[in-house]
Amino acid sequence: MASYVLRRFISVMLVLLIVVTATFVMMHAIPGGPFTREKALPPEIMKNIEEKYKLSDPLWRQYLDYMGNLLHGDFGPSFKYAGRTVNDIIADGWPVTARLGACAILFSLFVGVPSGVISALNQNRWPDNFVMAFAVIGVSVPSFVMATLLMYVFAVKLRWLPAAMWGTPKHVILPMLALSGFPTAFFARLMRSSTLDVLSQDYIRTARAKGLSWFAVVMRHVVKNAIMPVVTYLGPMVAGILTGSFVVESIFAIPGLGRFYVTSIYNRDYTTILGMTIFYSVLLVFLNFLVDIAYGWIDPRIKLVDAKE
Amino acid sequence: MRKSLVLLACLVAVMALTSVGFAAPERLANKQVASYNVGTEPETLDPAMSTGIPEAVVELSCFEGLTRLDDKNVPRPAIAESWTISKDGLVYTFKLRKSNWSNGTPVTANDFEWSWKRALDPKTAAEYATQLWYVKNGRAYNEGKIKDAAQVGVKAIDAYTLKVTLENPCTYFLQLCAFPTLMPVNRKVVEANPTGWFLKPETYIGNGPFKIVKWEHNSKIDLVPNLHFWNVGKVKVTNLTYYLIDDIKTVLSMFETGQLDSFEAPPAAEIARLTKEGVLDIKNYIGTYYYMFNTTKAPANDVRVRKALTMAIDRQKLIDFVVRGEQKPALAYVPFGLADATPTPDFRTVGGNLYKEDLAEAKKLLADAGYPDGKGFPTLTILFNTSDNHKKIAEAIQEMWKKNLGINVQLTNQEWKVYLDTRDTLNYQVARAGWIGDYLDPMTFMDMWTTTNGNNDTGWSNNKYDELIYGAMKEGDSAKRATMLHEAESILMAELPIMPIYFYTNVVVQKPYLKGVRFSPLGFVDFAAAYVLEHK
Repeated sequence: MASYVLRRFISVMLVLLIVVTATFVMMHAIPGGPFTREKALPPEIMKNIEEKYKLSDPLWRQYLDYMGNLLHGDFGPSFKYAGRTVNDIIADGWPVTARLGACAILFSLFVGVPSGVISALNQNRWPDNFVMAFAVIGVSVPSFVMATLLMYVFAVKLRWLPAAMWGTPKHVILPMLALSGFPTAFFARLMRSSTLDVLSQDYIRTARAKGLSWFAVVMRHVVKNAIMPVVTYLGPMVAGILTGSFVVESIFAIPGLGRFYVTSIYNRDYTTILGMTIFYSVLLVFLNFLVDIAYGWIDPRIKLVDAKE
Repeated sequence: MRKSLVLLACLVAVMALTSVGFAAPERLANKQVASYNVGTEPETLDPAMSTGIPEAVVELSCFEGLTRLDDKNVPRPAIAESWTISKDGLVYTFKLRKSNWSNGTPVTANDFEWSWKRALDPKTAAEYATQLWYVKNGRAYNEGKIKDAAQVGVKAIDAYTLKVTLENPCTYFLQLCAFPTLMPVNRKVVEANPTGWFLKPETYIGNGPFKIVKWEHNSKIDLVPNLHFWNVGKVKVTNLTYYLIDDIKTVLSMFETGQLDSFEAPPAAEIARLTKEGVLDIKNYIGTYYYMFNTTKAPANDVRVRKALTMAIDRQKLIDFVVRGEQKPALAYVPFGLADATPTPDFRTVGGNLYKEDLAEAKKLLADAGYPDGKGFPTLTILFNTSDNHKKIAEAIQEMWKKNLGINVQLTNQEWKVYLDTRDTLNYQVARAGWIGDYLDPMTFMDMWTTTNGNNDTGWSNNKYDELIYGAMKEGDSAKRATMLHEAESILMAELPIMPIYFYTNVVVQKPYLKGVRFSPLGFVDFAAAYVLEHK
């Protein structure tokens, strides 16, 4: 296990190095820089700014400087927001994005997984049709449409919940629902098909023959075995929600990290682009690692070993 | 006769009294709470370093310059109680009032001298340092040609007297004194934390009507009155919130649910409804929306083609059906609302229209250029930055050019900075653009078309034009100066490297109970005199 983790760590570092280098090269290749403005700056003023931010240095030096700072965990200053570092921006926005994302994922697991099981256990009867109808809507309606709809109904018309902003539990409900629409429906469909698959297995018949109650069979054998595909998708899904919450954050005016990531590219805020890319890459790698660990825990037949071992 | 006069007088008096009785009494609300959406997270709140409107709105609340613009955009005494101007228009001597920073320490002439020199210091790298290039040696010092700051023409004679020497006479210098770049900053707090003093409410020491108590990044800024402000008695709003929300549909929902009192630029589709509800107001805005021609490449290198294209669109139709918002058709370049030799009539009214929409003439010009009925005319591409509004306008113009001149037009959109780069490298045929003035004078629109100006992305150059603009920059006689600017504009509109489309307006949506907010035609919003009336 320890050797697996070590090897995994080294490969992750290599991947990150490639990601940072590729991002660095690509972002400098796109036309326009952080201080390209509609109202063009006089060349003398541009010179002052480039000297201040060391943008007049050759690219390779900028790259080495950046990597040097990165070794100390310093993502550098934002070019867009004066006086703020990328570390500050992440520290401010990440807890908000993480809280919203966690709520959305928990909601989709607690609603999606049981719905899928119920649906499978009632195959082709009304609960199945009911759940699957909702699942079709959840999968096909994009989150920004869902967000606009929820805001219109529950905030503008019914006045039950605030239209936007962040701060109280009430502010979480609408963005959470908008964000969890797709994963809930996706998990429900996934769980339904894998449950149906498990139900047709011999060991379920054996368990029933042993005299176990139907409820016990479902809880102990069906759900545990059927949940593997959900776990497989959980890593990318969490990463997708955390990185893809930009639209929902924007619609509900939530001060999360997603907005910064997208706007940093528009702004050519080089350090913020790099910092966010690294941060999200680490997050993605970490989540995938957690999923691998979870496999072994759920299904002991899967062992975390290297190919050589 | 006398009797009837008395009777008439009585009647008038009764009518006057009755009408007073019927008018709804305006009572101040107990809670003076107001909110406004500034639109986006400020890049900085350091007045010397900022360039955008959202930043300026917050800074106008937290700082006070030598002057402040009133409802009619006339610079009024602010920290400067009075001033004298030398006969040659070069030396301004400001007498400062006794006033304090929000931490209770006095604001002095030295603060202004230090702040202006700081903004000009090349190491500060202030993007809008050009606003101080009017000061003698300001530009040379900013460009590093002069190392000694003492040579810059701003000097504190004593604690409350500031002497400013200009490079050339500048008719709008008192207006600039109300601009954020020229606002004073507190030396002590800035020196203690040069790059981050403006980030925390406790170190954001200003001298304006309000002070910040909380800044939630990407969300909102809360302000309360600055009790040390020299004119605090006039500040009525006790809790002011600036929201930093960029999604305009969200902003509209917040307005409708009562979370927000005021914002600008609602979606075009909602304008009619909001007008009906009585919450929409159209304000003057100093800006022109136009298309640029690349004059270095065919077919727009031919002035007849540029003229034909300019004359062949229906601006009013475009405004009524696409843009909405009561913009004015632009039949010249400089918008309304900027002073001529005297403030009224304004520059545009004096200058009048410089061309007309004339389809027959447009067709003739196109035929003269070798394209009768558009035959043989290469497919033209309109470049715009990705935005629904720009797209709709481009589609309408595409249709008009096709229908009126018989030419084929393609549309290309690019992401903002790619589009700026494409424009800058003259890699386009026709590109959309817009210009909002930096100060209230026609020069803010005119100097950008000189040959070497970085904003002249058309490849157009005219020696006479350059001569007139550089001459006007040095001219102290406002009548002569205005004549020069008119002549220059006539040249620009005869050669048409740009095709003006409409003059902007500022569409404001505001709750009827919020009063006294000043909307400057430059886009700045000032809450110093705002108040809230009683409402449900």
